[in-house]
Amino acid sequence: MPLEVNIRKTFDGFQLHMEFTAEDGVFAFLGASGSGKSLTCKCIAGIMTPDEGRIVLNGRVLYDSERKINLSPQQRRVGYMFQDYALFPNMTVLENVLCGFSGNEAARRRGPGRGFRTEYIEKANDLLTRFQISELSGKYPSELSGGQKQRCAMARIVAQEPEAVLLDEPFSALDSHLRWQMETEMRTILASMGKPVIFVTHSRDEVFHLADRVCAIKDGQAEVILDKKAFFENPGTRTAALLSGCKNISKAERKGPGEVYAADWGVTLHFRERIPEQFDFIGIRAHYFSMDPKDGEHEFEILESHVTEDPFEWTVSFRAAPEGQMIRWKLPKRNGVPPEIPRYLYVRDEDIMFLRK
Amino acid sequence: MMMEFLEKADFSPLFISLKTGIAATVICFFLGIFAASRIYRAGPKTKALLDGLLTMPLVLPPTVAGFFLLLIFSLKRPFGNALYTHFGIKAVQTWLGCVIAASVIAFPLMYRNARAAFEQVDENLIHAARTLGMSEWEIFRRVLMPAAKPGIVSGTVLTFARALGEYGATSMLAGNIPGKTGTIAQKIAMVIQNGDYATAGFWTAVIIVIAFVIVVIMNLGTSGR
Repeated sequence: MPLEVNIRKTFDGFQLHMEFTAEDGVFAFLGASGSGKSLTCKCIAGIMTPDEGRIVLNGRVLYDSERKINLSPQQRRVGYMFQDYALFPNMTVLENVLCGFSGNEAARRRGPGRGFRTEYIEKANDLLTRFQISELSGKYPSELSGGQKQRCAMARIVAQEPEAVLLDEPFSALDSHLRWQMETEMRTILASMGKPVIFVTHSRDEVFHLADRVCAIKDGQAEVILDKKAFFENPGTRTAALLSGCKNISKAERKGPGEVYAADWGVTLHFRERIPEQFDFIGIRAHYFSMDPKDGEHEFEILESHVTEDPFEWTVSFRAAPEGQMIRWKLPKRNGVPPEIPRYLYVRDEDIMFLRK
Repeated sequence: MMMEFLEKADFSPLFISLKTGIAATVICFFLGIFAASRIYRAGPKTKALLDGLLTMPLVLPPTVAGFFLLLIFSLKRPFGNALYTHFGIKAVQTWLGCVIAASVIAFPLMYRNARAAFEQVDENLIHAARTLGMSEWEIFRRVLMPAAKPGIVSGTVLTFARALGEYGATSMLAGNIPGKTGTIAQKIAMVIQNGDYATAGFWTAVIIVIAFVIVVIMNLGTSGR
């Protein structure tokens, strides 16, 4: 069931205008910090109020400026996982998860010693088991590791039975070795949810691992919304290409049929087929260059180059024209011997992306 | 000689001061937290204005507060007179006056400490509680107050200490009636005027011991986390 959003907000001189529909599955917000990803989530959850627009979840209007509808966060049934997880420090892991039942009248016990009914305490314990934190039931958040905190926060959200889930950079507070493990766990949980999940991140790897659809955000606007595969094959715009990890982007213009001049690189490319009508830039991923002429129609002459060593690969920066900008080529590392620089590199037709502004 | 002094001494100032301090602290605790919880999330202008108003008793001489309290509660004034004739409530020259004066003077300490404590609570905790469906009252009781506890505790202790030693406004509103409104602070002022340094010294020692114990308790209470 979809989450439809179309909102505008001016905030600290920043203009947000987001319009998108997120179906069941993981919808990634990919954007630089300060691009409006978190602000949009806060508006969806009801923590902040947009200036105008509409938010509809499963046909339920959460916000509508024209009809003067603005449900409180309590009424929205939207789960929100904060960057730092926002676990209540004065409550144990179990108590934190029980808070997920707060909005559920059936879970409440009336009368003396109010709290939650026994079957809901059992439910919470089941969740702790499912999230592998049952031994930590009586511990306080300050005694937990980053991964355990994340599991607790996720259990709390699952207890809440939300109709949509917002994950605000959920892995940013974790060490990199833990990130991979938590990503794997998260993938299983998200797959079983069957709800719209908005996943905020600035990591293209996380998007590739977890998302079904990708929304590239720039300056408060959804620039491109594409299925994940399509997004990484051709992101469509320059910003989206940069966000997808493309290292080489040049201004480009059509010179003739099948002929494109890449101004920043000082290179003219000849295409055998399919040039789109409109484009402003072309992009080539750093891994898509080959030394073998059989692997590509387009030839780049290496006039000048220097090599940078990365942990597991080499990065060769080269110029293809005397005044041209540096182009990056990445190749795997073997035996730690620096690569021999060839005179020419080759790229296939289909590995060149045509991009709009 | 010490024993003789203790046998003859009138301990009423100690009990009056403690009673006043406790009553004023209870009043300030609730009013201060209520005011702080309303003001800490207000807009900057509203906040500056209300905050300035509520901090006044802390920065003005206590005698100024005493002057205003007399304007309000004096039996010759409309409000004080109405209060007495309709409800039989009299603040001037009574223990109630001690409590009112001490409360007014000590209130800013409670309010300011509580407000600072609320402001330091991580906003996301409140946001998270809201999205989880907790009611505003539940959030206040189970999230905001526990997170603000250290600041609230120190505010309460400082409020008690200030109320315990209040002199200026108390002497103007409640006067110094031995056994009724005569607090330790007023007792010291009175016996010094009579040149009785021994009694003044004794009460000074009492108030120093109480103040020291309070501060130590506060440090122990707030260093726990």
